[in-house]
Amino acid sequence: MDWVTTLGQLMNTTLVFSTALIFGALGGIFSERSGVTNIGIEGLMTFGAFAAAVSTYFAQEAGMGAASPWIGIISALIMGVLASLIHALASITFKADQVVSGIVINFLATGSTLYMVKLIFHGDGETALLKNVFNKVAIPWLSKIPIIGEGLFNNYPTTYLAIILVFVAYFVLFKTSFGLRLRAVGEHPSAADTAGVNVKRMRYIGVMISGALAALGGATVTLTTTSTFAHNTISGQGFIAIAAMIFGKWNPLGAFGAAAFFGFSQAIRSYVTLFDWSKSIPTEFIYMLPYVLTIIVLVAAVGRSAAPSALGQHYDPGKR
Amino acid sequence: MNKIVKIFSGSIIVPLTAIVMGLLVGALIMLLGGYDPLLAYQSLFSQVFGNLYDLGETFREITPLVLTGLAVAFAFRAGLFNIGGEGQFIIGMTAATFVGIKITGLPMIIHAPLALIVGGICGGLWAAIAGYFKAKRGVNEVITTIMLNWTALYLANYIVRHFLLLKGQQRSENLQDSASISIQWLSELLGNARMHWGTLIAVLAAVFFYILLWKTKQGFELRAVGLNPHAAEYAGMNVGRNIIKSMFISGMFAGLAGAVQILGVFHYQSVMSGTPGIGFDGIAVALIGMNHPFGVLLGGFLFGSLTYGSAGMSFGAGVPPELIRIVIGSIIFFIATPGIVRYVLKPLYAKRKKEKVL
Repeated sequence: MDWVTTLGQLMNTTLVFSTALIFGALGGIFSERSGVTNIGIEGLMTFGAFAAAVSTYFAQEAGMGAASPWIGIISALIMGVLASLIHALASITFKADQVVSGIVINFLATGSTLYMVKLIFHGDGETALLKNVFNKVAIPWLSKIPIIGEGLFNNYPTTYLAIILVFVAYFVLFKTSFGLRLRAVGEHPSAADTAGVNVKRMRYIGVMISGALAALGGATVTLTTTSTFAHNTISGQGFIAIAAMIFGKWNPLGAFGAAAFFGFSQAIRSYVTLFDWSKSIPTEFIYMLPYVLTIIVLVAAVGRSAAPSALGQHYDPGKR
Repeated sequence: MNKIVKIFSGSIIVPLTAIVMGLLVGALIMLLGGYDPLLAYQSLFSQVFGNLYDLGETFREITPLVLTGLAVAFAFRAGLFNIGGEGQFIIGMTAATFVGIKITGLPMIIHAPLALIVGGICGGLWAAIAGYFKAKRGVNEVITTIMLNWTALYLANYIVRHFLLLKGQQRSENLQDSASISIQWLSELLGNARMHWGTLIAVLAAVFFYILLWKTKQGFELRAVGLNPHAAEYAGMNVGRNIIKSMFISGMFAGLAGAVQILGVFHYQSVMSGTPGIGFDGIAVALIGMNHPFGVLLGGFLFGSLTYGSAGMSFGAGVPPELIRIVIGSIIFFIATPGIVRYVLKPLYAKRKKEKVL
């Protein structure tokens, strides 16, 4: 195998593995930039993966063919927003500890999705295997470029969507007045309130966008990688997405870089067996690598995290 | 005893109501799914208390949950979120397995405690890594402990596969008999349920937690750092050192949880495909227990018996056992939002006040 093809494929696999993490990390950013900690990304992704699997299944049973996965995507979005409302209600309206209510989301997600899967599929712990999922789409002309043609322009529609959303998120957060308000609410809610921004409303919106994006991330796992939903479809991606968000300093571009890094280290697992020198490394160490590297990078370079300063705090107008 | 009552008197009504409301949510969801909630809860109850074997196994289920719950609660008290109970648990398991297999010729009275202690210390050191980076470099402990969870998983698999493997199997050899903390006579008494000294250790750990945090100068410092690190620093306390210490103690509890699972229940360690989940469940236990050591004992009891009982629910009433995670999630939800619980309790309070007037 020549190295040009290998490199292109490696880049391609990297992006495939990164997609769900990008969505999850972007979701985390919108919630946390508004000042609401969201440890429930994992659960929101689970809800999304579940909704996508079930509704795609029913859409294809109803004969919708290639449109079915898009139905799945839309229902994942709705499911994610609904689930995130639980988090918003508890942590914004009832002033529950935000970490706690995020954990609640994770518990409710694993419990209720499997409960419903067993109800719908007559006791099976897994949804039926989907026939209509996303296929890779080569972009004409661009996909002929060496390396990045294969790597970047021959991918799933959801991957394109994720990359576009990174830039959209960046633009929305840093170049629009909505983004300014959202960040203001997360940095200094009382100042924002004085300036006429409705703090609670902005935080609700932040959490709901977060739910939609995270659920989209979960949906991409079922609709591109597993084609089914089971208890282990989402196993830790949400937490890695949170790590990518912190790693990327709550900035969409940074989070994209971090997610790509995690995706790369996952993709590289299948390539180390190709070369003689790398075969001798125990697989466990290859698996460990991204996590150890993350710690090293954080300790060496990034240092103190740049979290929004009102993150995790309730807004109480009577408090100075 | 009076003291214990005093600790809880103010705060026990809200969690109790939350538990009832959580069970009601579960019942509602069962009704919506077309199941019989009364039969389901009955089956759950009889699975837990129905016979001596199940009662014993319930305590086996509860034990590690109490320890990982203590781990999370301890870190919370010191202002840290230890989401890495999972990794510390695995490291505790692996260290205990290693000592239990590789060290030979020791009498039981030394070997078993040694394996336990090494398991606890290694779990503590694993957590202290995150504490050290937090103290020295300000790295968020949430992200480091998450990363350390996966690192621990693969490290453990590496150690089992390369040093402890039982030929041709995806598991380690069996431990030396001298490293076991099983209680033979109690197991025989309870129909061969896997009883072990770890249960007693978990209770003692809760007492240790309580005494350390509320009866010693060191504990005062840890709590002060947790409540307000700036004020603590101004008062002359070394914030960094206290962060590392509290992570170490927190990790020690989780490490002990892993060690007792190996030394008391399995007596060998498998190659794992994913993290075991007991560390994450510890977060829920700590929350149900409101981060108080004795609350964690009750929280562990509730979580463990609900989880063990969920199997009975599935046999007895056909309800998917996952329902119990919805119940637990709802309980935590209601505990976290005392506003909702007080709203529900309002009529009750109003009544009581009237009685007083009369």
